[in-house]
Amino acid sequence: MAVLTAAPARESRTARLRRRINDNLMAYAFMAAGIACFAFFSWYPLVKGVILSFQQDNFVIPPYWVGLENYRTLFDDPLFWTAWKNTLYFTVLALVFGYVLPFFLAVLLNEFRHFSGFFRVLVYLPVMLPPIVSVLLWRYFYDPGNGLFNTVLHGVGLPGSQWTQSSRTAMISLVLVSTWANLGGATLMYLAALQGIPGDLYEAAELDGAGIWQRLRHVTFPQMRFIMLVLLLLQIIATMQVFIEPFALTGTSSPDTITVMVLIYRYAFTVNNDFGLAAAMSVLLFVVLGAFSALYLRLTRSGD
Amino acid sequence: MTLTAPATDKTGTVPAAPPAPRKRATRLNTTHAGARTLISTVDLQRHRVRYFVVLGLTIAVFALVFLFPLYWMVTGAVKTPREFALNPPTFVPHSWHPENYATAWGNMRIAKYFTNTVLYALGGWLFSLIVDIGVAYALSKLRPVFGKIVLGAMLASLMLPATALLVPAYLTVTDVPIFGWNLLNTPWALWLPAAANAFNVYVLKRFFDQIPNDLLDAAAIDGAGRFRVLTSVVLPLSRPVLGVVSIFIIVALWKDFLWPLLVMPDPEKQTISVALARLANTSQVPPTDFMAGLVIASVPMIVIFLIFQRSIIGGLSAGSMKG
Repeated sequence: MAVLTAAPARESRTARLRRRINDNLMAYAFMAAGIACFAFFSWYPLVKGVILSFQQDNFVIPPYWVGLENYRTLFDDPLFWTAWKNTLYFTVLALVFGYVLPFFLAVLLNEFRHFSGFFRVLVYLPVMLPPIVSVLLWRYFYDPGNGLFNTVLHGVGLPGSQWTQSSRTAMISLVLVSTWANLGGATLMYLAALQGIPGDLYEAAELDGAGIWQRLRHVTFPQMRFIMLVLLLLQIIATMQVFIEPFALTGTSSPDTITVMVLIYRYAFTVNNDFGLAAAMSVLLFVVLGAFSALYLRLTRSGD
Repeated sequence: MTLTAPATDKTGTVPAAPPAPRKRATRLNTTHAGARTLISTVDLQRHRVRYFVVLGLTIAVFALVFLFPLYWMVTGAVKTPREFALNPPTFVPHSWHPENYATAWGNMRIAKYFTNTVLYALGGWLFSLIVDIGVAYALSKLRPVFGKIVLGAMLASLMLPATALLVPAYLTVTDVPIFGWNLLNTPWALWLPAAANAFNVYVLKRFFDQIPNDLLDAAAIDGAGRFRVLTSVVLPLSRPVLGVVSIFIIVALWKDFLWPLLVMPDPEKQTISVALARLANTSQVPPTDFMAGLVIASVPMIVIFLIFQRSIIGGLSAGSMKG
C-alpha cells in the first residue's frame, strides 16, 4: 500500500491541488441550489425576523426602526396574554389526552396477537388526512343543532353541549379533534419502542412474582422513559404552534380560542398588516419553542 | 487510494450496501412471532375468553372512532341536502346520489384545486428531491471544505419551528433579496421553501454515507464523472431511502395549510385544503357537495397510505428509535 500511494502522491503537488479545488468547485456546484434555498428561506428569514421585530413595517411605508416599541405594544395588548394563556391551556389539555392516551393504547395493542396490522392502519388513518379535512369534518359533528355528537348525547339521554360555540367547551373541542387527528403517530412510535423491550425482562419479573401492574411499572415504564421524554418534547413543540383548529373551528377573532399563532396571523395578515408586531411575537414564540427543540435535538442525537 | 480494494469488496458489499435504516429494524419486523410482551402468550391462552372479549371491544371502538367518521364523510356526500340535515341523522343514506361528487368536482371547482395541489405536490417533490440529493451527495461523498459547517447550519434550521419564521419568510417570498422576485401566487413560493428541508438532507446523507467509497472509486476509474457516479451508482443503491423521502415530501406538501394559505391568495391558484377552508365559510355550497370535496381532498393521501403503509409506518418507527 505504501508503494501504491507514494507514487500518485509524487505525481505533482500542483496537480493534486488542482484536483482538490476541482472537487470543491464540483461539490459546491452540487450544493448551490440547496444552499440558496436554505439561505433565502431559512437563514435569512431568521435574521430578518429578529430585525423586523424592532421595526415598524406594514407594506405601506418603508420600514423604520422603533426600538422595543413592538414588544411594549405586545405586552400592553390584553390579547397577547390571552393568546399565551390559551396556548398553554391547549398544550396542557392536549398532553392530558394526546400524550397519555397513545401510551396506554400502545401497551394494549402490543398485547394483541391478532389484527395488529389492522390496528396500526386504523390508528394512523386520521394522521394521513389533510388536517383541514379532519377539522372541517368535525365542525359538522360539533354542530349544536343537528350535529352527530349532540344527536348521540341526546340519544342516550344526556344533555347536549354547545361545543365550539361556548367559551367553556370551545378549547376542549379543539383538543378533541386535534387528538383524534394526531394520536396515531405517537401510538405507532410507542409501539415500536415497546417491541424493543427484551422479553427476558418481563420473564424475569414474572418469575419474581411481579403481577401485570408491577411489570408495567417496573419494566415497561423504565424501558420507555427515553421515548416518552422525546415524544413529550415533540408534542409540546407541535401543540404550541396550533393554528388550523382555532382558525377553522372558532375563527381568528374568538378570544376564547385565540392562540399565539392565530394572534401572529391576525397581526400580520388581517387588517393592519403589522409585520413588526407579528415578528416580535414570533421571536418570543421562537425563544420558547427553541428551548424545547434544542433539548429534543440533544437527546435524539446523543446516540450517534 | 488503494486500487485493489474495490475488486475484492465489490461482490461482498454491493448487495449489502443499503442496509435497512438500522439493526433494530430487523427486530421490529419479527413483531409478535413469539416475542414476549407484558403478558405472556401462555397467560393469554389461559384467559382466552377475556382476551377475545377485550380484542373484540377494541376492534369495535377502533372502528367507531377511526373508521366511522370517514364512513360518515363518504356517505354524507351522497345524501340529498335535506337528508343530510335530518335530525336524527340517517346512518345509511336513503337515496344515493353519487353525482354529488361530480357536482363538487365541477361546480365547486374542486377539479381546479385538486389539479393545482397535484401540480404543487409533484413539482415540489421533484424539485426538493433534486436539490436535497445534490446537497446530501456533495456532503457525503465529495466532502468539500466547510462541509461540516454547511451541514450544521442546515441542521440548525431544524430547531426553528416553521411557524416562527412565518412572517419573515412571507415577506421574503413577496420580495426575494438580490433577485427582487415576487413569488406570491406562483408554485415557487411553495417549492423553494420546501426544498430547504434539513431533515431530508440528513436522512439522504446518512444513507449515502453507508455506500462504500470503493464502489464510487471503481466507477470513477471506469471513467464516470461525479454526476455519472451519482446517477448510476449512488441513486440506484438508494432506492429505499428515496422512496421514503419522496413519500414524506409529497404528504407534507399535500397536507400543508398555513403556508399555502398565505402565499396563494389568488383563489385560482389555491390548494384544495385552502380552497375548502374558504368554501366552508360561504353559504352557497350545499353541505353534501362540501363533504364530497372533503373526501376528494383525502383520497390521494389514503391511497398513498394504503399502498406505502409499510414504508410510512416503518419510517415512523425507525425515526422514533434512539440514535
